[in-house]
Order: sequence, then structure tokens, then C-alpha cells
Amino acid sequence: MDLSNIIIMRNELSLIVVVLLLLMAEIFSSKNARYMLLNVATGLFALHTILGFLPAETGELFGGMYRNTPLIILMKNVLNIGVLVVLFQVQGWLKKPENNNRSLEFYLLTFSTLMGMSYMISAGDFLMLYLGLELATIPIATLAAYDVYRMKSTEAGIKLILLAALSSGIMLYGISLIYGTTGSLYFNEVMGNLQMNPLQILATVFFISGLAFKISLVPFHLWTADVYEGAPTNVTGYLSVISKGASVFVLITILFTVFKEMSDAWQPLLIVMAVVTMVVGNLFAIRQQNLQRFLAFSSIAQAGFILLGMISGTTYGMATVIYFILVYVFSNLAAFGVVSIVKNATGKDNIDDYNGFYSTNPMLSMVMLLALFSLAGIPPLAGFFGKFFLFAAVAEQGMYWLVLIAVINTIVSLYYYLLVVKAIFVVRVDNPIEPVKGEFLARVGLVITVIGILVIGIYSPIFEWVQALSFGL
Amino acid sequence: MIEGVGVTEFLVVSTIMFFIGIYGFVVRKNLITILMSVELILNSVNINFVAFNKYLYPDLLQGYMISLFVIGIAAAEAAVAIAIILNVYRNLQGIDIEHINTMKH
Repeated sequence: MDLSNIIIMRNELSLIVVVLLLLMAEIFSSKNARYMLLNVATGLFALHTILGFLPAETGELFGGMYRNTPLIILMKNVLNIGVLVVLFQVQGWLKKPENNNRSLEFYLLTFSTLMGMSYMISAGDFLMLYLGLELATIPIATLAAYDVYRMKSTEAGIKLILLAALSSGIMLYGISLIYGTTGSLYFNEVMGNLQMNPLQILATVFFISGLAFKISLVPFHLWTADVYEGAPTNVTGYLSVISKGASVFVLITILFTVFKEMSDAWQPLLIVMAVVTMVVGNLFAIRQQNLQRFLAFSSIAQAGFILLGMISGTTYGMATVIYFILVYVFSNLAAFGVVSIVKNATGKDNIDDYNGFYSTNPMLSMVMLLALFSLAGIPPLAGFFGKFFLFAAVAEQGMYWLVLIAVINTIVSLYYYLLVVKAIFVVRVDNPIEPVKGEFLARVGLVITVIGILVIGIYSPIFEWVQALSFGL
Repeated sequence: MIEGVGVTEFLVVSTIMFFIGIYGFVVRKNLITILMSVELILNSVNINFVAFNKYLYPDLLQGYMISLFVIGIAAAEAAVAIAIILNVYRNLQGIDIEHINTMKH
């Protein structure tokens, strides 16, 4: 057996090496050395991230079950950077006394889920896709329930695992119908055998609804708010950015390759879901008081915008979605970074608590301002260009009414993002949050996200590069 | 192959099982029963895969293989879910879904 071309799987292999090293280190290290291991783990992952940017081989493995294209490598790099920023932000929380003994578990579980996501994105076969999806989901439930003694955290975990199991069951039922009608699980063979018969349309709908759970599209969004509020702040950031981004990548590659011939079936479905998701996410976000819950509904609304790019069904639409995810990773992680620093220091996470935040913490306030403006889509920032390209992809198809609905929703979203900005900058109170200072690495993470928000918007070759890669799929 | 039983009969059984699972997931109040409903859904998928493989594509193995993987992953999922359910029990002295509403607004 020739194993020389297994190097195509380099990204996953290096992640496995990191996980195994950390497992061994946890077993053989003394209690005092574990404190150091956190930095070692972050360093190893930083190495892994850098390794991802070296030129990589593309191709197929295991008879087409695993494939790597330049676009897939780009997707994995985006996820790697996002996870690295999450690891920077998580330091303050993991160094708390109650987490001291088991902080390495956080790294192991996070890396396992990331590995699942990589396999899921690279899948060339429904079996591989399912395995990756489960590997990406089950450890996240344990991460959400990480704060064992806090009921809210446990509640988030149980809601996540049960609904994830249900959604993957529904998705599997769709896959079984696809197998029954086409006689294969390989994407290449399924692609040629789809004829739009009713059973295959049912299978497509079941498959999309399974992934829609993960992306939290309406009507599959009900778990999002509770899980995001209950889970530890950094885990929420991970869930809303990395997990969601990976699922979007998978959904878009499968819709645009495997189910391409079925586009008459899924296009109306996606249009309805996009409109409902934007409207529901925005309307519920307005009345939220808890900042984590607020960001949950804002991320539901953002998922609605992401769907706009998929509706078009063109490579341009695909490029806009990937670019938007790149922007969304930085903007949302910046917001979660500020929230987690404040919550670790003071335990406060209501919007009212942030009244007068600017008078005591000007730097963190500015980061929050940039993040929220980027999420809302204010011109010089990256979020504006992300949304602009998405709308352009829809307008290209002649669906101007959909663009109109999306623009109205953007205005509504601007209102609730500005509510937070108003609390931070305009409202004056006698006892605002005292000056807080995050860990060194957490601040480095914030700097990375701010650079991302500013540079991606202004430096236009990035989008052209993404677009050039999208034609390769 | 069983005499007089075609693929349709298997599909009827698996579809009924699937919807019993969905119904149970929505209606039941006990966390363990909800987990059992999910297992029903996964097993209906397994019946589907095996029946399709046996009747429609007898020379393939993919259907059998994926059903084995589904069984394995269902076990892993149940293990994690039950661990979290135990934690719920420690916090609340009960596993009734009605009490898991600390974030109701």
C-alpha cells in the first residue's frame, strides 16, 4: 500500500499530532506544570496554523472519500485563524481557580471538533461527511456544559446534544433516501444520478434541514438563544463563529456540487428561509437584554444574510459567502472577545451594565464599536463590503425584491447594534464598570481581529483571490 | 430475503419508526425518553440503509458500512448525553424537561 500521498491530509495530520502530544503531556505532567501546558498548547496550535499557509498538495484520497482543493485549504485556514483567536481569548477564563485542574481538556475537545470540521469540509462521500459532522458536534456539547456547577451551562449542553442528535438523525434519513435512489454515497456518483424525482426532493429537504440546525436558520433556530446564553462566553464565540462557519462551508460546497441539478428544488426553499431568518433574527434581537443572547440573535440574522449568497447558485455567490464568513469571523470574535474580558473580570453581561463603559475602558469600547459597526455593515469596515457583495450576487440574478428586503433588515439591525453603542458611549451613569484589563494574549487576539476588520475591507485583492479560487471547485 | 416481503414493507416500517421518534422527541418530558426517541430515529435510518442495500443494490456494501458507523456514533452520542443528564440530575434532583427553564425570558 502506497502511503506517500497521505500528505494531502497534512492539515488533519498535524492536528492529530497536536492532540496526541497534549494527551500525553496531560498524563505525564505534574500538577504545577499544567499551568505551563496552556501556553504550550496555544503555541502548538499557532504552529499548526502557520503550517496551514505553506503550499499544500491537492488531490483525492481513499478512492475519493477525502479531497483537497485550494478553496478547501482556504476554508480550513480561515477556521484555523478563528480558533487561534478563540484560544487567545480563552486564557483569562481557563486560568480561573475552578478550571485550573482541567483546562487542558478544553484544548483537546476544541481541537477534536476542529478536526471533525476539517474532515467534514474535505468530505467527498456522505459517510465521511456524517463522521466529520458528529466529531464536530459531540465534543462541542461537552464544551458547552464545561462549567459543571453552573446549571445554565449544563442546560446549554443538554439542549445542544439532544437537538444536534435529532438534526443529524433527520439528515441521515435524507442521506438514506439519496442512497436508495442513486445507489451510491460518493458525491461524484450521486451527482450524475439525480433526476429531481419526489423522493430525491424530500431527501434534499431533509439534508438541508439537518445542516440548517447547525447554522441556526429559522425555523431550526430555537436552541441557539439558550445555548449561546448558557454556555461559557468563549465557547459561545467558538460555536457562533467556527462551528457555524464550517457548516456554511459544507452546505455551500454540497449545494453547489452534489445538488447542483436540484437547484430548482432548493432555491425557493433557501429564499423563504433567508427572508424568515433575517426577519425573525432581527426582530428578536431588538428586545434582548443579555449581551450573549443578543449576539445569538444577531448571529441568526447574519446567517440569513449568508443564505443570500447561496441562493444565486453561481461561483460569484460562493465567493461572496466565503468572503463574508471571513469578515464575520473577525467581527464576531472581536465582539465576543470584549464580552469575555468584561465577564471574566466582573461577571456582568447585560447591555445595561455597559452604560458609561467608554468613560472607564476607552480601548475596549473602541474595539466593540468597530465590531458592531462591522456586523451592521457601516462603510469603511469589512462588514460593509461583505454585505455589499452578497447583495450584488442576489441582484445579479434579478431578484431585486429580495435585495430590498435584505436592505430593510440591515437598517433594522443597525438600530439594535446602535442600542449597544449608545449604552457604551452616550449614556452617563455614576458607577460604570471599573477599568478592566484582559490577559496579554486576549489583547493580542483583539488586535488581530481589529486588523482583520480594517484590512479585509480596504485591501481589495483578498476578494479577487477568493473569487479566483472559487472557480476551481 | 424473506418470501413475500419487499422493500416497500421495510420502508413503511422505517418511516413509521422515524415519525414515532420525532413525535416522542417533541411530546415526551423525560430526558432519557427523549434520548430514546432519537435512537428510534437513528435505527429507522439503519433499517432504510440495510433494506436499500439488500433489495436494490445487493452487490454493494456502502449501506451496510454506514449503518455500522451510525450504530457506533449513536452509542458515543448517548454516552455524552447521559453524562450531561447525570449532571442535570445532580443540579436539579430530577430529569424532567419542565424544570430545565432557567433561561426562560
